[in-house]
Amino acid sequence: MSGEESTDAPEFEGPGMPGPAPEERPHPEGRRNTHGVRIDPEAEAKPRQRTAVVSALVEHEPGVLSRVSGLFSRRQFNIESLTVGKTTVDGHARITLVVEETDAGIDQVKKQLGKLKPVIQVGELDDDAVRAELVLLKVRGDEPDKVHAITQMYEGETLDAGPRTITVQITGDQQKIDDAVDAFRQFGIIEIARTGQTALARGDTPTTPGEEPGHSTEPKDSTYSDATDADDEPN
Amino acid sequence: MSEQQPAPTADEAADAETTTDASEPTQTPVTTGAASVVRALENAGVEAAFGVQGGAIMPIYDALYDSDIHHVTMAHEQGAAHAADAYGVVRGEPGVCLATSGPGATNLVTGIADADMDSDAMLALTGQVPSTMVGSDAFQETDTTGVTAPITKHNYFASDADTVGDTVGEAFALAAEGRPGPTLVDLPKDTTMAETDREPGPARPPETTTPPTEADEESVDAAARAIERAEKPLLLFGGGVVKANATEEARTFAIDNGIPVVTTMPAIGSMPEDHELCLSWAGMHGTGYANMAVTHCDLLVAVGCRFDDRLTGGVDTFAPEAEVVHVDVDEAEISKNVHADYPVVGDAKAALDQLTEAVDDAPDAREWRQQCTTWKEEYPLAYATPENEPLKPQFVVEALDEATPDDAIVTTGVGQHQMWAAQFWTFTNPRTWVSSHGLGTMGYGLPAAIGAKLAAPDKDVVCVDGDGSFLMTIQELSVAVREDLDITVAVLNNEYIGMVRQWQDAFFEGRRMAADYDWCPDFAKLAEAFGARGFSAESYDEAADAIEDALDYDGPSVIDFHIDPAENVYPMVSSGGANGKFALSEDQL
Ligand SMILES: Cc1ncc(C[n+]2csc(CCOP(=O)(O)OP(=O)(O)O)c2C)c(N)n1
Ligand SMILES: [Mg+2]
Repeated sequence: MSGEESTDAPEFEGPGMPGPAPEERPHPEGRRNTHGVRIDPEAEAKPRQRTAVVSALVEHEPGVLSRVSGLFSRRQFNIESLTVGKTTVDGHARITLVVEETDAGIDQVKKQLGKLKPVIQVGELDDDAVRAELVLLKVRGDEPDKVHAITQMYEGETLDAGPRTITVQITGDQQKIDDAVDAFRQFGIIEIARTGQTALARGDTPTTPGEEPGHSTEPKDSTYSDATDADDEPN
Repeated sequence: MSEQQPAPTADEAADAETTTDASEPTQTPVTTGAASVVRALENAGVEAAFGVQGGAIMPIYDALYDSDIHHVTMAHEQGAAHAADAYGVVRGEPGVCLATSGPGATNLVTGIADADMDSDAMLALTGQVPSTMVGSDAFQETDTTGVTAPITKHNYFASDADTVGDTVGEAFALAAEGRPGPTLVDLPKDTTMAETDREPGPARPPETTTPPTEADEESVDAAARAIERAEKPLLLFGGGVVKANATEEARTFAIDNGIPVVTTMPAIGSMPEDHELCLSWAGMHGTGYANMAVTHCDLLVAVGCRFDDRLTGGVDTFAPEAEVVHVDVDEAEISKNVHADYPVVGDAKAALDQLTEAVDDAPDAREWRQQCTTWKEEYPLAYATPENEPLKPQFVVEALDEATPDDAIVTTGVGQHQMWAAQFWTFTNPRTWVSSHGLGTMGYGLPAAIGAKLAAPDKDVVCVDGDGSFLMTIQELSVAVREDLDITVAVLNNEYIGMVRQWQDAFFEGRRMAADYDWCPDFAKLAEAFGARGFSAESYDEAADAIEDALDYDGPSVIDFHIDPAENVYPMVSSGGANGKFALSEDQL
């Protein structure tokens, strides 16, 4: 038995392996960026991040939230907020995520979410989507009139007013909420709770591709449902 | 019993109880959740399972008592997971492992993570404390679904005896569907003990997942045009080619179009390594010619691979001149690490057929093929064998390869020995290279050999192991003896955690902290103590004799090869370095 791989090659003495050294080889000029895209190294700028609203329709089963949040931490996706709630379809829920990523990162977020077994559909919302967030603000009650005025200005509601504190609720898009929070600072904000954005696609566009309304959203025709109920009853 | 029959449909199964003629041999009817779990496994065609008993899983074992499923009692649950993993790799179907709650389940974790990283289909069943006690920190309670969520395709907590069988069937089917991977069903004891007569239906994947399909025609056409006009095209076969049983299609595509092929490590054997178009595997310790080809190609056609960093080296210098066609069943792999200019999403087998159909004219790559051949000559896998020097590991691997049939299965641990096995064994068949790639799990080799042998009893199975790796799961020798498995463990013993020692010498000024053994056990004697045959070899002659004797012996054997402890693995691309700058010796790093 011969230990040599190649019998016609000259006896190799070692160490290591035979062949031209790295500096004796040609090396191509090309480069890729951190996303593996071929680039001109001179011209390439760092890929820019943007904010995206991603909506995931999921099976509302135990652990689904932890699977989604686990995915985000494991893959180091930057997440700004996450909201979750039931839909009109029994057993379904919608998770709305606001993520801050590069285009490639947002693409990964959507695809990786789509791989989770309880995830039914994933969609990214257009810029014109309807978005809203809710904030509860507890401020000092020293100047009730002024608090009331600002609350009105932001079309908010007073939920609780006492001698020492006033709690108001404001809803709207992120910019409006940010502005409102700034406006209330003058009174001294004691506590704050924000829900994070939730969103739906505008008009006829489904929020996640192919999404269909559940039965309970169909316009209720009482005659029709009575009739079917009656049909089911033994005569 | 009825193991040879096709799995009954849900309706047939439901009918079975009332309509089966009592005179015919029939399966014992389902009476408990545990029995329905076992029935679900039988329905899925499971013939073997690997595991360790324990309190919370006892109902399942009790139900297995009445089943024809061959249960292999392993010495450690990690071994059970690796054995199931390898069994699945060799068979092309999910392997099944079982463990009790708490420590049993956590001992499976390494094996589950290993299967996850290598996209190996596997079903793990774990016992759990009764659901009424979950959350109370009960004896041997661990949040198994929590612990394994990030390392499974999906896991289930089965809280209903009536549906637990269907859940297990779904988990089995999901493990194999599309891109394979491990799934787990956590089985609280009250679910498995509870009475039910519900027969589970056939194993069916969940409705929320999409089965793989053919690729979109337009994407195939775009890729085909890119292939036709390429001057330096290169095929990169990944593990997905093997998993999709697309080896024939992949080879046909390469040969019809005269395109050279490199593989990833998991795809070793997908292209015969003795074929003129095959450049073997690329990456950190891949061949010089594979890494040259990857670096200089102008079109890289990757099929079923995930561009792992051990393959790409630094992404900035990976195939820097190439447009990339990426065929993958998992859309999320497209452009994850390396941007795909031509994404093709679909099952590899179907997509390769589509590509074969769509490419009208083979690319004009004569010069490029010539260049690849030149690189093969320039960078041969060679090693020095001075007279009277300690045994070279590469020689041992070549000698084992020569002494075994072409379809012999090789399993490995992780380290230098793994790389030598991958480099110096010439693989010509898929599913014959069974190793731990993505996770790099020392200790994989022996339990994997056990699983592989049970999956393919007619094939020779050789575990090329390292001394360190062997010591991590050596207790599984007891299983090989008990099951009377004709496997051979070839320990390439350098009395070092060798790969670490190599890195310390290269990157840490030779400060060999925790890499050498003051004392290494006598593996031949250890083998004998377990009831296996033990051999040891220090010279070339002894090595040749030991190989003959060990392979002749009809049962488990261990050969302790005392190899040159100073031997290092080359070529080597440094972590994050350029593939084209692979070092051929330490001074080039
Ligand atoms: C479970 C585990 N622990 C640690 C490591 C890190 N590691 C990688 S290779 C290696 C050395 C392996 O030693 P051995 O099995 O003797 O193989 P050799 O490199 O000497 O051939 C170590 C410790 C690992 N891969 N897996
Ligand atoms: Mg070693």
